[in-house]
Amino acid sequence: MNAVTANKLPNDSRQQPGKPPVARKRNSLSKGLLPRWAAPGIAVGSLILGAAASTLGGFSVASFAIYAAVIFVVASAIITTLVEGPRRGRNALATHLVYAAFLLALIPLASVLFTVLQKGLPGINTHFLFHSMNGITGAADNASVEDGTPVLGGAYHAVLGTLLITLWSTLISVPVGMLTAIYLVEYGKNGPLARGITFFVDVMTGIPSIVAGLFATALFAVIMGPTARMGIVAAVALSVLMIPTVVRSTEEMLKIVPNELREAAYALGVRKWRTIAKVVIPTAISGIASGVTLAIARVIGETAPILVTAGLANNINVNVFGNWMATLPTFIYYQILTPTSPTNVDPSIQRAWAAALLLIAMVMVLNLGARLIAGLFAPKKGR
Amino acid sequence: MSKRIDVKDLNVYYTNFLAVEDVSIEIEAKSVTAFIGPSGCGKSTFLRTLNRMHEVIPGGRVEGEVLLDGDNLYESGVDPVTVRSQIGMVFQRPNPFPTMSIKDNVLAGVKLNNKKISRSDADALVEKSLRGANLWNEVKDRLDKPGSGLSGGQQQRLCIARTIAVKPQVILMDEPCSALDPISTLAIEDLINELKNEFTVVIVTHNMQQAARVSDKTAFFNIAGTGKPGKLIEYADTTTIFSNPGVKATEDYVSGRFG
Repeated sequence: MNAVTANKLPNDSRQQPGKPPVARKRNSLSKGLLPRWAAPGIAVGSLILGAAASTLGGFSVASFAIYAAVIFVVASAIITTLVEGPRRGRNALATHLVYAAFLLALIPLASVLFTVLQKGLPGINTHFLFHSMNGITGAADNASVEDGTPVLGGAYHAVLGTLLITLWSTLISVPVGMLTAIYLVEYGKNGPLARGITFFVDVMTGIPSIVAGLFATALFAVIMGPTARMGIVAAVALSVLMIPTVVRSTEEMLKIVPNELREAAYALGVRKWRTIAKVVIPTAISGIASGVTLAIARVIGETAPILVTAGLANNINVNVFGNWMATLPTFIYYQILTPTSPTNVDPSIQRAWAAALLLIAMVMVLNLGARLIAGLFAPKKGR
Repeated sequence: MSKRIDVKDLNVYYTNFLAVEDVSIEIEAKSVTAFIGPSGCGKSTFLRTLNRMHEVIPGGRVEGEVLLDGDNLYESGVDPVTVRSQIGMVFQRPNPFPTMSIKDNVLAGVKLNNKKISRSDADALVEKSLRGANLWNEVKDRLDKPGSGLSGGQQQRLCIARTIAVKPQVILMDEPCSALDPISTLAIEDLINELKNEFTVVIVTHNMQQAARVSDKTAFFNIAGTGKPGKLIEYADTTTIFSNPGVKATEDYVSGRFG
């Protein structure tokens, strides 16, 4: 039909030159389209309606946000359906529900970050960062509350403890985990042993952290007597938690190395273990490195296994093979549970929040580090 | 610098499945031999038995003899790694090592085996191999750039350079041009013609014109039906295979009546 009109039009205008051109025919392929201001318009409308609805039952920010969001999702779906058709309407509904789910998921994260920053920042200073709790008594805290002297005592010993214990558990679990994954992917070939290992690694993933702590305690109790509490015991407990994560992530990364690369190396007369060490691992190293970093991030915040393995210290101890050690999570736990001054708890709580901020910052640095490592080690592109 | 291959009564298995049955063939030194045949007839599988790459696949095993200048590759006590350093292989899809530069890719056979090589020797070997693969002029200014940045045809020639850098006696090529455009294919075919001055070349191809263009002798493989083993139907000079084949199936295949 379009083609017919298109053929006629020039003829018509030639026959009747004086007549104004015929109004352009509506495109039969197009449908109704909401104007550009429709979405912001509906948003403003639903904000107003949401405010009104929430004042009916006593205004609060939470109810206002919920009412406004529900009204916006429903209204935009209905309006789009009416103007643009039912398929576009369902599309608008799904799109807005996805955004809503995303915002909902962000709320706890933003809230935690905000609270920790708000309560933790006042406690962060060089004294806090570079001093331990050694010699800090309730009297010092009482003085800071009653006389306004600065809050003394810090988390230096806990930061050192966290770093050392995590370092040692990484040193234990990365070789074990990587070699296990190499066996599973390159040598096991889905045989009975490989399937058994995969099964037990899965079981290990589900071990509660306190059980890992008790295991390490019991192991060292057998070797060194029942009172063995030191950093290395905690490192062993954490490595029990880390190993399955490292095995899993390394396994996945090794699996996606194309078989063609292995065959290319074999065809050059390269031995299997050299192929693994020099072709397969370098190709997968960026993924392995970020997997390891994420495994570290997962165990760095563990509290329970540290309490039963490394005990708690107020002084600086850099020897993981002797005496009790503190980490940031146990430091926070004890500052809240048994404040240094039972009558004036505020300084202890401030130290706990500051330590929480430090811990989050460390995890964040680790995650950023993982991305950096992944980028640095990734196979180079470009011409 | 090149050796002949004699295959005697070779059966190739995947676990218990007989994939290629009873192949006997003599491949002359310094010649180009093409394997043709329909898909799934076992020509690639057979090619991979010639440098013991077949056993890399789980369950892969053979019965029979493959003699490289009279030495059986499958005798107990033969190290497959030694075999593969004598008989190199180029694969269907170009597969340069993504973590290595062009130069390191060429030197991969040396470096991955931790052999010591002086800097000047390494540079000479890189230039000789890349010239041998007709790639030197295109990449001489960017030897330190990653090999994955080259075009598909250049990558395949890089893989050939990598293979000739380890100075093999025989080069096996498993459909080396099937992922390439006509221009790159022509470059590789020219290269094969030069390679036969120094090496024994065995090439699997789906492209009959290619077999006719590059090879001295042609082997036609066929399969009776799915699940049946592939067999060597006819092996003769390329001109004979394409102009005056002795078997009806060969004639049907090369004239395009099936396959």
